[in-house]
Amino acid sequence: MMGRSLVAGLLLSVSAQMVAAETPVLTVYAPDYFASEWGPGPGIEAAFEARCGCDLQYKTGELLPRILLEGERTEADVAIGFNTDITKKARDSGMFAPHGLDTSALTLPVDWNDDVFLPFNYGHTAFIYDNTKVENPPESFDALLNAPDDLRLVIQDPRSSISGLALVLWVQAVYGDKAEEVWTKLAPKIVTVTKGWSESYGLFTDGEADMVLSYTTSPAYHIVAEEDLTKSAAIFPEGHYFMVELAAKLAGTDNPELADQFMAFILTEEFQSMIPTSNWSLPAALPKEKWPEQFQQLPLPEKVLFYTEDEAAALRDTAIAAWRNALSQ
Amino acid sequence: MAQRAVAVIPALIVAGLVIGPVMAVIWRAGGLGALGAAEYSALWFTIWQAAVSAAISVLLAVPVARALSRRRFPGRGVLIALLGAPFILPTIVAVLGLLAVFGGNGLVNTLTGALGLPRMDIYGYHGVILAHVFFNLPLATRLILQGWLAIPAERFRLAASLDAPIGRVLERPMLARIAPGAFAVIFVICLTSFAVALTLGGGPKATTVELAIYQAFKFDFDLGKAATLALVQLALGIAAALVLLVLSPPGGFGTGLDRVIGRWGGQSRGARIMDAGWIALAALFLLTPLAMIVLAGLPGIVSLPSEVWSAALRSLWVALGATALTLALALPLATKLGELAGILGVAVSGLVLGTGLFLIVQPFVRPAEAALPVTLMVNALMALPFALRILRPELEATRADYGRLAQTLGISGWALWRIVLLPRLRRPLGFAAGLTAALSMGDLGVIALFADGEHATLPLQVYRLMGSYRMEAAQGAALLLLAMSLGLFWAMDRGGRANA
Repeated sequence: MMGRSLVAGLLLSVSAQMVAAETPVLTVYAPDYFASEWGPGPGIEAAFEARCGCDLQYKTGELLPRILLEGERTEADVAIGFNTDITKKARDSGMFAPHGLDTSALTLPVDWNDDVFLPFNYGHTAFIYDNTKVENPPESFDALLNAPDDLRLVIQDPRSSISGLALVLWVQAVYGDKAEEVWTKLAPKIVTVTKGWSESYGLFTDGEADMVLSYTTSPAYHIVAEEDLTKSAAIFPEGHYFMVELAAKLAGTDNPELADQFMAFILTEEFQSMIPTSNWSLPAALPKEKWPEQFQQLPLPEKVLFYTEDEAAALRDTAIAAWRNALSQ
Repeated sequence: MAQRAVAVIPALIVAGLVIGPVMAVIWRAGGLGALGAAEYSALWFTIWQAAVSAAISVLLAVPVARALSRRRFPGRGVLIALLGAPFILPTIVAVLGLLAVFGGNGLVNTLTGALGLPRMDIYGYHGVILAHVFFNLPLATRLILQGWLAIPAERFRLAASLDAPIGRVLERPMLARIAPGAFAVIFVICLTSFAVALTLGGGPKATTVELAIYQAFKFDFDLGKAATLALVQLALGIAAALVLLVLSPPGGFGTGLDRVIGRWGGQSRGARIMDAGWIALAALFLLTPLAMIVLAGLPGIVSLPSEVWSAALRSLWVALGATALTLALALPLATKLGELAGILGVAVSGLVLGTGLFLIVQPFVRPAEAALPVTLMVNALMALPFALRILRPELEATRADYGRLAQTLGISGWALWRIVLLPRLRRPLGFAAGLTAALSMGDLGVIALFADGEHATLPLQVYRLMGSYRMEAAQGAALLLLAMSLGLFWAMDRGGRANA
């Protein structure tokens, strides 16, 4: 029975490829959220297909593990949705090629001159709270540390979640060697730690926590999609950790022209203006005056903290150990 | 002897389907990885929480199952079916339901707050145990209830007429036969727990082996370490299965006339009150979180996007296919050896299994094309140990009771199955099929590496909706998932409840 469906699948794929021979296919690997019906993927697909006369197909799932497992055999032409925290591993694999684009149009709050990984959106880590329930939201990271222990926080695990990892790097960037003390102060306020962002955010909207580790742009979803003004990001003068998502072209792509065309498309205004209200983050190459009104009005940090991939790779184990030691007490 | 050969081939298939992928991962990694102190402490926590969770689940299940076996009341069938629901829920949905009751803003704390009592904090080791008991008490109850129902009515009457203590001559031998198996299978399920343990455990002290595997795979891409951890998990599962085989004595209670039980014993006023109390407590504990899930999901379910419905249909097909495959494997495998092989399916790390299958399939088929067949197969493998635990005791008892008669009459082969075995296995078969179907509706399984945008299953859509801030729609989709799982379970289990 299994064999039969596998064979059927094989036949289907062969016939699909025969039909597709007329229209070239650009295969883009993306995280699941990106390509889902509720992410930016479908809009980007439609816009790109209108330009390229090709068929853009997403393949979703764990991005880097999948490409590394597939190795030379990978079908991917482009991969979109990397975070800086894992680009070192990706770069060292040698599977990605320079994009060859002029990145001077980028509007990131940090300097960016990576010739392989191209940013397409960014945001910052931030604690989100309900401004009708939290009366005295902390106005700095120090204030958060010294807040009464009945302020309930929910965060993500740095060992299983990118945003959780960004948080421990954030603490590392602000407090350096004192990170473990900081975590000891935070520990009584941390209600729980979840595997990923979704679980945390679900706990927060269900009222299990007063503040949740999320992004500075999270309130925009509630404002734009739900006309709900009650969610705010606590902005800290110590700075917020920068989170950027990246795309890269596969070195072994058999559609280099299409892949290049897609990489160039990422920097266009058409692509960039789709980011805010479908990815709920900030576009990487669009001046602020072209952002949607509600995004322009979002409070954003003045100081942005960021580790390069080498620094992040070197600090990661220390930062996670500080977190684990303090929270395991 | 022929029977043994029939069991050996599927046992080899199952073992191959589990061990093959793990070997593929080891081969790709070029060897095993070393474990550090963090992994060892995760290992101890994993074993400890699994043992405690399984012990409490089985201990609580005994009085609940006894109460259900000897009381008749309106709605009993519905209650038994509903009590099975927590076991088949996707974990994130169940966790949100539990928190709506036991969380900081949950019903319990609202109540204690109103009464001026201290707040209850669910997060910690006790939260992990509470959640695992919530998931597994229903399974333990059903397994033990099956044991009670398998005692023929005539034995109870005989015991009563001899004024023999029912507990000692009938119930304790039955429990000695059923309880170790129930403990072992729940212990093995809890070994691979990950998101539940982390969320309710309150932080890194509740780190399980499965989380360590996830980290090794996702961030470190250290396949060697992931494979080592998966082997440790497998070894623990096999050890538990071996203990189960040693501990559970064979034998049954002989044949009866299949009459609905008129029970002797347990009719005193005290026993009635106690049974009513156990049933009420179990119903309250298991059904309140479900009710909260229903309430939370109602606003979202009316406006579900069409993609959710097509995913629901896809999940339905996967569930039906997995059920057929599980039963086809479970019937020949319902022997000691078969059960040992079968337990591998739930003892193996889903992530490593998925990665290994991906490595094996990928040279031949585009992974996305194989997504649904692979999901179906993995769901079938994961449900197999439960189906076997349900079927084997009754199949062995039936063979013992009717085997000689059938041999005298020259009934063998397919005729033996058709005339003798299958009709007598109706109840466990219905239960096993219902459980498998419901489990594979809810299981996210190993699809992460294989999925493409178009083949999402319903649980995956729940996560996607949550991942894009659409919490209300996610809760609506979760309610749909709950309704479909329960519906499938209900439909297939009807045979099982016919004379329960």
